Amino acid sequence: MDGGSSEFVGPRQRWLASEGSTAERLYGQMWLIREFEERLLSLFEEGVLTGTTHACIGQEADCVGVINHLETGDVIFSNHRCHGHFLAYADRPEWLAAEIMGRGAGLVGGRGGSQHICYEDFFSNGVQGGIVPVATGIAMAEKARGTGRIVCVFLGDGTLGQGVVYEALNMASLWSAPILFVVEDNRWAQSTPVEKELSGSMVARGEAFGVASSEITSTDAEEIYGHFEGIVAAVRKTGRPHLGVIHTYRLCHHSKSDDMRPEEEVEARRALDPVPLLRSRLDEERASAIEAAVQKRLEEAFSWALDQPHPAAETLRDPLSTS
Amino acid sequence: MTSTVLRSLNQALHSMMEEDDRVYMVGEDLLDPYGGAFKVTRGLSMAFPDRVWTTPISEAGFVGVATGMALRGLRPVVEIMFGDFLTLACDQLVNHAAKFSWMYAEKVEVPLVVRAPMGGRRGYGPTHSQSLEKHFLGVPGLAVVAVDPFGSPGDLLRQAVADRRPLLFVENKVMYARRVRAVQAGRMGAFSVRETAGPYPTLTLSLGEFLGGDATVVAYGGMAELAVEAAEELLIEEERVVEVVIPRQLHPLDVEPVVESVGRTGRLVVCEEGSGAAGFGAEVVAAVSGRALEALQAAPRRVAALPVPIGNAPTLEAATLPGTGEISSAVRAVIGPARPLYSIG
Repeated sequence: MDGGSSEFVGPRQRWLASEGSTAERLYGQMWLIREFEERLLSLFEEGVLTGTTHACIGQEADCVGVINHLETGDVIFSNHRCHGHFLAYADRPEWLAAEIMGRGAGLVGGRGGSQHICYEDFFSNGVQGGIVPVATGIAMAEKARGTGRIVCVFLGDGTLGQGVVYEALNMASLWSAPILFVVEDNRWAQSTPVEKELSGSMVARGEAFGVASSEITSTDAEEIYGHFEGIVAAVRKTGRPHLGVIHTYRLCHHSKSDDMRPEEEVEARRALDPVPLLRSRLDEERASAIEAAVQKRLEEAFSWALDQPHPAAETLRDPLSTS
Repeated sequence: MTSTVLRSLNQALHSMMEEDDRVYMVGEDLLDPYGGAFKVTRGLSMAFPDRVWTTPISEAGFVGVATGMALRGLRPVVEIMFGDFLTLACDQLVNHAAKFSWMYAEKVEVPLVVRAPMGGRRGYGPTHSQSLEKHFLGVPGLAVVAVDPFGSPGDLLRQAVADRRPLLFVENKVMYARRVRAVQAGRMGAFSVRETAGPYPTLTLSLGEFLGGDATVVAYGGMAELAVEAAEELLIEEERVVEVVIPRQLHPLDVEPVVESVGRTGRLVVCEEGSGAAGFGAEVVAAVSGRALEALQAAPRRVAALPVPIGNAPTLEAATLPGTGEISSAVRAVIGPARPLYSIG
């Protein structure tokens, strides 16, 4: 489980090598993400985990709908709500669990925790907006190096409040950066509803910079997967940026237990929960088998992670030290 | 051959871009014929049109872009037109570039150089004259280097571009036009010179052949030249022997050369062009006190700008920023009135 020596296989290659119908494969990935988050939240409630975490419950369809189109070597820059993106990218719940638990065997040795991870070509950081120009620079570097790789950066409706996002959109368009900006509009920036934090149109923000822009209102993983297939292909083919807005909903609290949203609103949105939505299209037996397999994996992953030691304080050294 | 600091830096950039196609220039108004606000990048866009990127007025954005470039194997050199504008890129430097390597368990490196022309004395007023580097000193993961007219400014910049750590490279605007004073065979004019090892050697200059002295003056960047002038004047006019210590890497700081010099002089003055509170001088005084309190024969002094914005009027600017007069006064103050050995007549 802690191998790490095998060659990394990117999401698209893993997708193509996996078995089952599109719906079954997407469901397996979403169930992994959902169950991972639920287990995490339970561990917080039990006091096993401390600190904070941002679950993506309700937004799993975005993760799988976009990321399964990314090739080995393509880059993802994610944000504070990154677990689902990472799991869709790398399918390594044990390393993410260990990281969040602050274990030395975690993705970055317990240094980053929930919001600050790095694995292969996947990065995340916890400051809103700042990752967007960095991702743009990565795209420009890949273009300069002629690798043909593209970059996918995830932001949310709340992040659209950051000015640096627009600086990045401007430069990405000016310089033709091969980057996909995915805006997961989950309607709430922490405790603030979108109507109190955002004026105007989301797609028009991209269009104003000459960035091809699209939007989809959906929690249907198959629909989102189909929607982004052409978009990812276009970014790769044209080398131009695209802003893809997904209007979705966060079914869980912002971080751990800070949900002040109207109960009736959240309840109404449960009808659009992407997980049962997709499950309803699967054969019951297949769905149960997928779930059981995921449960077993997660059982092992969390149990392995809990067994890993915390990093030793003696390993701390000044990163600027050249000796 | 005499050269200016500007020419030395410009030539270094030319040769680095010639030698290494990973080196990119990123910043505002870099394209020729303009060639950058202070002309440090002049000629580069003509010679390397694909690798000199003139940017929108987006300091946070293009420092972020350069950070992304550095993460993926390029060697971006960012120019912040006026160092004052670094505040706009603070999040990028502190929460992104400086953190990535450590936070991502050394899986990545960020070999980013951000060049920032700092300093006043050109009548540019409150927002185009500051020396803001103190705000970036002590950020975990961010190295800060300041260039001065001594030795080879271009070589210092070469070291910065070769450095694998994110690095703020502080230049002083007035200094651009100054003649480079070479250090050869341990001498620079009347000064004996000692240099520490490493990519950013600290210089220690002595007009007394390191046999002792009245005071140690620590100064970097644009203040280094003023400290040298003050040392020359104090010797000629008052027969005071001053050692000048010129650090290049401000963070992390190697305090050893300062401790050694204070061991010979017993007195310490630390200079900076920015405001003094919680600044470079405070750090040096604390570090020397911790290492060699017994060597200090008098309370150390700090020379710094007044704690007010830098006024536009020449009278206000001159009164706000420290000059050779302030350095000399501080030296006299730490030496005290009665020091028979070196007193005049």
